[in-house]
Amino acid sequence: MGKRMRDDEEDAGEVALRKAGMKLPSNIKNKHKRSAEYAKVRAEKIKEKKQRIKARDTAERQAVELGETPPPRQVPKTIENTREADETVAQPDDEELQVDDGVDEFSGHFARAQMPKLLITTSQECSSPTRKFIKELLTVIPNATFYKRGSYDLKQIVKFAKNRDFTTMFVVNENRKQPNGLLMIALPEGPTAHFKLSSIKLSKKIKGHGKPTSHMPELLLNNFTTRLGHRVGRLFASVFPQDPQFRGRRAVTFHNQRDFIFFRHHRYIFEEKEIKELAPVTIGVNSDKKSRKAAPKTVKKNAVVARLQECGPRFTLKLQSLQSGTFDSKYGEYEWVHKPDMDTSRRRFFL
Amino acid sequence: MQSDEVVWQVINHVHCSFKAKMQTQNFCRNEYNVTGLCNRSSCPLANSRYSTIREIDGTLYLYMKSIERSHAPKDLWERVKLPRNYGKALETIDKHLEHWPKFLVHKNKQRLTKMTQYLIRMRKLALKMKRKLVTMPAKEVKREKRREAKALTAAVLDKSIEKELLQRLQSGTYGDIYNFPVKEYEKVLAMEEMEPAGEESEEEEEEEPEVEYVEGYEMEDEDEDDAMEDFAQGANRMPDSEDDDGEQSDEDSDESEEADLEASLRSKKAPKVPSKRSQATPVPVGRKKRRPHVEIEYEEEREMESSHV
Repeated sequence: MGKRMRDDEEDAGEVALRKAGMKLPSNIKNKHKRSAEYAKVRAEKIKEKKQRIKARDTAERQAVELGETPPPRQVPKTIENTREADETVAQPDDEELQVDDGVDEFSGHFARAQMPKLLITTSQECSSPTRKFIKELLTVIPNATFYKRGSYDLKQIVKFAKNRDFTTMFVVNENRKQPNGLLMIALPEGPTAHFKLSSIKLSKKIKGHGKPTSHMPELLLNNFTTRLGHRVGRLFASVFPQDPQFRGRRAVTFHNQRDFIFFRHHRYIFEEKEIKELAPVTIGVNSDKKSRKAAPKTVKKNAVVARLQECGPRFTLKLQSLQSGTFDSKYGEYEWVHKPDMDTSRRRFFL
Repeated sequence: MQSDEVVWQVINHVHCSFKAKMQTQNFCRNEYNVTGLCNRSSCPLANSRYSTIREIDGTLYLYMKSIERSHAPKDLWERVKLPRNYGKALETIDKHLEHWPKFLVHKNKQRLTKMTQYLIRMRKLALKMKRKLVTMPAKEVKREKRREAKALTAAVLDKSIEKELLQRLQSGTYGDIYNFPVKEYEKVLAMEEMEPAGEESEEEEEEEPEVEYVEGYEMEDEDEDDAMEDFAQGANRMPDSEDDDGEQSDEDSDESEEADLEASLRSKKAPKVPSKRSQATPVPVGRKKRRPHVEIEYEEEREMESSHV
């Protein structure tokens, strides 16, 4: 037998195995035996994990009993907490941000200068799914009207809308009879944001949906961290009136997660509920096995919870481009444009 | 001239690279062809004296070919730039093709007309808004869909919305609408996030056994006004119970009542709040505060008053 051809990419584990004379499972040619070996390996791993968890739990319990702080638990890595550091993250105490907010295009809206007025229109084609979606949008957003597109250019429509004192304009674009894009133009001088629209679910299709009232909704803007996200959040806020009627208990949410903006429309209610919790472990007292077993494991507590009932449509937006000024794709100044090479890193987000 | 006839015989019957045979008609793909059809009189290869109009980058040129230059292919075609003015262009054609066969003159003028018309149309269209068609590479579409689904699970939407609403409730954004004495209760979600549950609840355990000396009623919220009006008859009595004498004598009864109070709070189930009403009018969320069922005895032996749930 000649010398075995060494695989250059053996790792430390495999090297050890080979030196110990044990066969690698991946080298067994017989499928049944190979899968049996793998099953053994997996069972080993599961056993080890259980032991680790048990050891960790006992260490924690002992530490708590002794009155020391237990060793900190490992925090699992998620995409959110390994996100690439972004220098444009807006800090709440940033003076520059506050100054900018005072003079940007939405400052008038936030100063309650006028009630927002929304114009919704479509691209040249308007099929029935798009019309249904727009109908739902009209129920969610107060003071919104739909106008048919006709054969006008967008720039002309922007001019007409300005003449009639609209504050925002939506253009729902569609492809193959399904709405797939949303162009939001904030009207007096506002920025134009183009979003990809996806995952539309109309209220009829939502199980257990509720019927919204006509109260002014409350707005929730979650997770808009960077400066760009802050600007987009203000753009959304400019669509809804600034005086929510809390008694109506209507909440409209724009939640940003990994650059996808999820839109939800709920009715909510606060309730007091009895919650069962694990019984607290008191220091030193009753730590022997007998009394531990006798003590009650759960304790009832009163807590206030919020319950939601979804009404109205559900959809997802993804920002494609943000252009300052009203719609002008040829000569407009783009603040942000999505390019394909922005997608290369899985930990980098812009909103 | 003799060679023209020969050329045509060959081209027509044997093979011509530029001929495009259709069901009804034969077309000629040669760039210099005036009409675009494959005819004896239209064929640029089979006619030693020929002229066409061609468009290069929006300007029109008149091309002419004559027998004298047929031996020198490089200098075969003479090119004249036509003026942009349609009328003047027509005159130029007339001038250059003055003694040429009428067929060619006519066809050239027709071609000029057609070309100017389509150039005008192109310029008009360029001013109009054109819709930009964007490609959607299947790979990217799939990737986006996948990422969206994962983002959706990562954003635990219901929980985060509820959390945000509870934060707003705690920070007092809703003012007087809700009657929860929120400071006494704790958010469940916040509880989960804290360090070992043992530490938090330990503090609570120590607080509860404390004996509190309170009045008969727990008057914590401001909008007790309607409640106050209800008991207007006994309202005179209320201030009396705040006197020290009244309190001290009520101490014993209070303590036992305190215990009852706690027990009643713990065992109380959540009140029936209308949750799924779809009315135009707002549901009165400010329901009457759950008051503990407490009986108050006064020293002066007045009527017993009890609160209602």
